Amino acid sequence: MNISVAVNGKSYTRDVEPRMLLVHFIRDVLGLTGTNIGCDTSQCGACTVHLDGMSIKSCTTLAVMVDGADITTIEGLAPKGNLHPMQKAFWEEHGLQCGYCTPGMIMASTKLVENNPNMSESEIRHGLEGNICRCTGYQNIVKAVQSASKEMAGGD
Amino acid sequence: MANYMGKGIKRVEDPRFIQGQGKYVANLQIYGMTHAAIKRSPYPHAKINSIDTAEAEALEGVLAVFTGQDMIDGGVGPIPCGFTPPDIKLPPHYSLAVDKVRHVGDGVAVVVAETAYIAYDALDLIEVDYEPLEAIVDAKEAMADGAPQLHEETPNNLSFTWPIGNEEEVNNALAQCDHVVEVDLINQRLIPNAMEPRAAVAQWDGAMENLTLWTTSQNPHTIRLLMSAFTFGIPEHKLRVISPDVGGGFGSKIFHYAEELIVPFCARAIGRPVKWVATRSEAHLTDAHGRDHISRAKMGMTKDGEFQALHIETYANMGAYLSLFAPMIPTALYHTLMAGLYKTPLIYGITYGTMTNTTPVDAYRGAGRPEASYLLERVIDIASHDLGIDPIELRRKNFIQPDEFPYQTPVALIYDSGDYDGVFDEAVKIADYDKMRTEQSSAREEGRLVGVGVSGCIEASGAGPSAAVVGLGAAIGLYESGAIRVHPTGKITVLTGAHSHGQGHETSLAQIVGDELGVPIEDIEIVHGDTEKLPYGVGTYASRSMAVGGGALVMSAEKIRDKVTKIAAHQLEAAVEDMVYDRENGTIYVKGAPDKSKAFAEIAFAVTLANNLPEGMEPGLEETSYFDPPNFTFPNSAHICQVEIDKESGEVALQDYIAVDDVGNIINPLLVEGQIVGGVAQGVGQALWEHGAYDENGQLLSGSFMDYAMPRADGFPGIQVGRTITPSPSNPLGVKGAGEMGTIAGTVTVANAVMDALAPLGIRHIDLPLTAQKIKAAIDAANGGGD
Repeated sequence: MNISVAVNGKSYTRDVEPRMLLVHFIRDVLGLTGTNIGCDTSQCGACTVHLDGMSIKSCTTLAVMVDGADITTIEGLAPKGNLHPMQKAFWEEHGLQCGYCTPGMIMASTKLVENNPNMSESEIRHGLEGNICRCTGYQNIVKAVQSASKEMAGGD
Repeated sequence: MANYMGKGIKRVEDPRFIQGQGKYVANLQIYGMTHAAIKRSPYPHAKINSIDTAEAEALEGVLAVFTGQDMIDGGVGPIPCGFTPPDIKLPPHYSLAVDKVRHVGDGVAVVVAETAYIAYDALDLIEVDYEPLEAIVDAKEAMADGAPQLHEETPNNLSFTWPIGNEEEVNNALAQCDHVVEVDLINQRLIPNAMEPRAAVAQWDGAMENLTLWTTSQNPHTIRLLMSAFTFGIPEHKLRVISPDVGGGFGSKIFHYAEELIVPFCARAIGRPVKWVATRSEAHLTDAHGRDHISRAKMGMTKDGEFQALHIETYANMGAYLSLFAPMIPTALYHTLMAGLYKTPLIYGITYGTMTNTTPVDAYRGAGRPEASYLLERVIDIASHDLGIDPIELRRKNFIQPDEFPYQTPVALIYDSGDYDGVFDEAVKIADYDKMRTEQSSAREEGRLVGVGVSGCIEASGAGPSAAVVGLGAAIGLYESGAIRVHPTGKITVLTGAHSHGQGHETSLAQIVGDELGVPIEDIEIVHGDTEKLPYGVGTYASRSMAVGGGALVMSAEKIRDKVTKIAAHQLEAAVEDMVYDRENGTIYVKGAPDKSKAFAEIAFAVTLANNLPEGMEPGLEETSYFDPPNFTFPNSAHICQVEIDKESGEVALQDYIAVDDVGNIINPLLVEGQIVGGVAQGVGQALWEHGAYDENGQLLSGSFMDYAMPRADGFPGIQVGRTITPSPSNPLGVKGAGEMGTIAGTVTVANAVMDALAPLGIRHIDLPLTAQKIKAAIDAANGGGD
């Protein structure tokens, strides 16, 4: 099937198998390997991308379902050469260790903050339930989200 | 510029990870690449009568299908075990099963196809005729008469028996003790679950007969050695193993896995590159699991709580095959830690390592030491309730004192340094322990189930003296390599045998070299994880990279400073002994005449010109060292936490967690704190949620993240971290391992808190994980209800 999607501001039309997962389309067809696969069952969130302004898990979405959609992956979160405040905050607060969950974590966190700029710590922790990190114990991820919230609010 | 030691510098490797540019194995694309998928057994134990691959081979896009027999015929040998105590029985472990399958997930065939989708389609077309056999999953029951037998080589499913200490002396002492605590404990099976599933890519160069293997390994040189000397028969100089960015390991990526043979075998057979990436369920079925002990502990003490003797009997589940270091974990890394922080004079321990129809078990974060800490610190906590002595008070009565180091324990180790009262003082202060206890009393009066948990743990990290570990039965030297290559402009490439898979070595090792040479870290690049680029290295596990890998770099830096100083002296026409190497800024000057100086980069360039060097000196500014430490390091901790249990649901809320650790000198506090907090989270995971559960028939019940309860962000309060420092004399940096202490202490601290909360109900012990369901059942039983 032919699908047309905009990914990180660039339009692509590709012929894909109906069963192809969105994450495989992003990684293997478009070569954007920043979106990782951690679990195949929508549990870990490593594959989180933005689809028409929502954060979704691309490992349980079919590529054909996103025909006509606008997708942002970690590679397109900030203009080339710049860091999004969330990326900066993860760096500053040591919010990552092995880095594997990080793209998904950053993509999920960005939408959380956009949807609610004034989250409490408990709201942040609850909001990140769908993203698993095995390294950090989440503490510095929470700090990063708090710090980016301020930065993102200030930038508006 | 210099003075990096002790500074919380943000990580230099992060820009690639936060921008989605991590170089993970699964991201590799090579021209002509094909994809492998592995047919795995749905049975825990079954004879293989036949495997019919014809239909799979006929599928369009399938390039080849191979079985275990094909691999044996192709010269691929069984995977060896690298820890072999006396009398161990070693069952063979083929990368694809040939005669029978022994656990769910055991590989039976591999498909190579043009795409991964086709490879998976073809798996369904392979017909395996299985004859199911009875299965055994319990480590103790496996030894019973009449239990299903896994291997001819291991009668009664017993692979090894490992004793330490004098049992008679210990039993005599126990008979004399005022009080003996006796308890049965299960340390449940865990699935390590690094977030990056394992992956392998192999490329065969038929013309030169060279093989390149990219693999998610914590120790690429070890994999190369094993493949050359044991499993793949390829000469070491013809094999390049690369472990690029690896997305977490926690021990599970140390071992030589079947896929590291299957994928290269396929690549060589079909003459095209082959990629294999595990699914999460494959990870659950085939990554080496952790823990899985059944133990009985007896500890004797005086009525005042002075520890007299300890007796431990443990059945350690090895799973279906012996993974690379599996027998080392419940033996040399376990019983040797049973002294804990205490002066218990007599200790006897014995472990039975048994084979079962489960996924092989091996090192998982802490590896033997969390099991030891859990046992010892649970027993001591039960003793504190029995004797009515505060758990901190009871521990303090038995501490090894600061002036007693080096301290020879009764279980082989010599502790390096420590001040255990100091660690506890700090933890008590941060936690405001007395207030915690007062609040607990008020809560109890209100009928609430509030518990305070305490633990004092120790581990042997920074492995280790090669002579000691080889003496214990390990077939591996545990030194580390570190090379410093100074380029003509004074920029530096550092080659380390340690491997970073989240630890942040590109930052911390650069801090070490920056300080040693007075060079800014911006001018230093750390290279790791590639056997073609590096001197032979051992790799990263056992919290050894700073202690041992860092030590090797200090040695190389000394050699560099020495050469640079000699050249500066020669060019400044001064005596070498009159020179000062200023490590603040990398200048070398004549004592008393700072204007007579050379910058580090000037000397680097002078070495390149090589026209004005001291008589007889070789050009080049590159040094390689190997550090083999004289002893392990012994980080230790005092952790305190508070929980409240919902009486109605049995659910545990972790309200407060204080971790104070003595990990010796600190290179980067940001990274150390990250290791401790992350480690605690894994420890808490074992205490409350995680369980690699099998049913009695050998089916893995927690086969994906749908069923295996990983710790999530909302399960934790903020964890408060404190520290004390007693430098380790075992390495030039005075550091101790920081990577595993959190996990080692985390489990038992929370378990003790939960049991403290339940103590008023007369509940003495519940096995892990302390799920709401189990706690609720225990509460109901204690209240005389339930059934």
